[in-house]
Amino acid sequence: MLQKVVRSTVIDAPIDRVWAVLRDFNSHDQWHDVVAESRIEGGEAPTQVGCIRSFTLKDGNRIREQLLTLSETEHRSTYCIVEATVPLQRYVATVTLKPVTDGDRTFWHWESTFATPPGMERELRQMVAEGVYEAGFENLRRHLGRRGDARRGDGGTTTVSRGAPVASREVRLHRYGGPEQLEVGAGEAPPPGPGEVRIRQRAIGVNYFDIYLRRGWIPALLPVSDTRPGVLGMEAAGTVLDVGEGVGTVLPGDRVAYLGPRPGAYTSVRTVPADWVVRLPAAVEDETAAALFLKGLTADVLVRDLGRVGPGARLLVHAAAGGVGLLVCAAARRLGATVLGTVSTEAKARVAREHGCQHVIVTADYRFADAVQRQAGGADVIVDGLGDAAREENFAALARRGHWISLGQASGALQPISPDWLVQKSATFSRPVVFDYVDTPATLAERAQRLWDALAAGTAPPIERYALDAAAQAHARLESRGSVGALVLVA
Amino acid sequence: MVRVYVSSIIDAAAENVWARVRDFNALPQWHPGIADSRIENSEPSDRIGCIRHFHTRDGGMIRERLLALSDYDYSCTYSILESPMGVDDYVATLKLTPVTDGARTFAEWSAEFECAEGRERELTELIGGGVFQGGFDALKRHFGRR
Repeated sequence: MLQKVVRSTVIDAPIDRVWAVLRDFNSHDQWHDVVAESRIEGGEAPTQVGCIRSFTLKDGNRIREQLLTLSETEHRSTYCIVEATVPLQRYVATVTLKPVTDGDRTFWHWESTFATPPGMERELRQMVAEGVYEAGFENLRRHLGRRGDARRGDGGTTTVSRGAPVASREVRLHRYGGPEQLEVGAGEAPPPGPGEVRIRQRAIGVNYFDIYLRRGWIPALLPVSDTRPGVLGMEAAGTVLDVGEGVGTVLPGDRVAYLGPRPGAYTSVRTVPADWVVRLPAAVEDETAAALFLKGLTADVLVRDLGRVGPGARLLVHAAAGGVGLLVCAAARRLGATVLGTVSTEAKARVAREHGCQHVIVTADYRFADAVQRQAGGADVIVDGLGDAAREENFAALARRGHWISLGQASGALQPISPDWLVQKSATFSRPVVFDYVDTPATLAERAQRLWDALAAGTAPPIERYALDAAAQAHARLESRGSVGALVLVA
Repeated sequence: MVRVYVSSIIDAAAENVWARVRDFNALPQWHPGIADSRIENSEPSDRIGCIRHFHTRDGGMIRERLLALSDYDYSCTYSILESPMGVDDYVATLKLTPVTDGARTFAEWSAEFECAEGRERELTELIGGGVFQGGFDALKRHFGRR
């Protein structure tokens, strides 16, 4: 006989806040105590109908559930168990929220039907009704309440005064130049305005791009002066302190990472647009996220969108043992490409091979074209972070109809590439800005999920950690070409 | 088409709240805005299609037809046949749902109607505030705080 369980409650929060959590099919490991870890299979978005969440309970049981219905207008989500180590059969559940206009609260209705093995009806009904639904009500209530609601005028239980700046420790520069220009000082993060969130940052990604800005190669993006210093950094991870008006996708207390086209991340607290931010799965640590978010997204754009890499494609990546390099090797290898890479030492060659690079060329002075032609007959795609010093070699390494992607300019700004040059090999040339490829929150979330899934399935690049105060050392290390993998600052 | 939706929580079990509001002719017993009411043609008040003829405290006369009633879903739906409010094609639903956590009731009252341009806000306040929330406030007072 089919069992039916119905439980409902009232949550003292506006329906948008509650729905923001419940509409995300993969959020439950963040608020439901009974869930240990959860992920969406296949890199799909948690709002994609048909997606499957695969999760483990703290008691060790494993469950896979499929999202059948999601309605933003009716605040309803219906899902069923696909497979489980718990004997719930033909389990279908529906979560429905309704607004309680009297008091701006939320009515949460949770029901399911299911069958059980004979004799287990009572035990399983109790498990579902109390262990999952009633416990869930309490857990979500605590999750929302503990964080406080910085948007309410009563001050709530927040640790942050609504409307006040929060003191931070930041690394800034008054003058362009070498690593010694980086100074530690006190700063502050303004209260989040509409559409913004304020984050207590725990880890900050260091990227070669930070070095270009520090040297003054893109002054428009980071103007500096004695009176108005600039702060470097394009990405970070941490915990949300408070959110501005209209932000429904993240809540105070959420662990998040972000990347954005404006620098300013070398700090302990920062206020950024909510559109830049993604929530981190329980399995991804802050330092890993900060070290690999922008680099991983860059690799994703290079290999899939630009390189259009598929089985048999020959991809050449420079600095193959760097953060981006290792992620490109792994991504290209996963798509079936033949991966060639250049590195400056044997030690780096070993690491590059471990991450999918099949032909490693050790060269300290940008000579690789002959080796590429010999080993693969040319490169169909070149991921070039070297810049001008390697210009002739890159052109020589390119196969006919090859695609040259200019990603960075470590050795100096690339001189203009003329059409007369490209025509000699029917070549194409790209000069992407990664932020243009993550221009909507949905795209950002999708690429981020692909990155977390890839990290879970394979090995992450090595990560070198420096204290935020030691940012100058991190820069010196990166510029020395001595580092392997990704660098991160810990705040 | 204007839509008005008001919802509230009443500190009593849904079957008890339903018992108080179920009778289509009982508005004067539980709603402070209604002075008197009768069912036309002496029909029973739970017969679908019956018409209640009532007056508000400020003297307005309204006639409404019962379109749906459910003792299973704790809901009733009715339409306005005549009223001084200046609304057309007015259909409303009152529905109760149990809140299992604390034996309370989630009450919803909604209406859809047409009206002259520019009158939407006034009618939303009158109907949503005066009639719907006014009725819920009275029920909350009646069932008291636990």
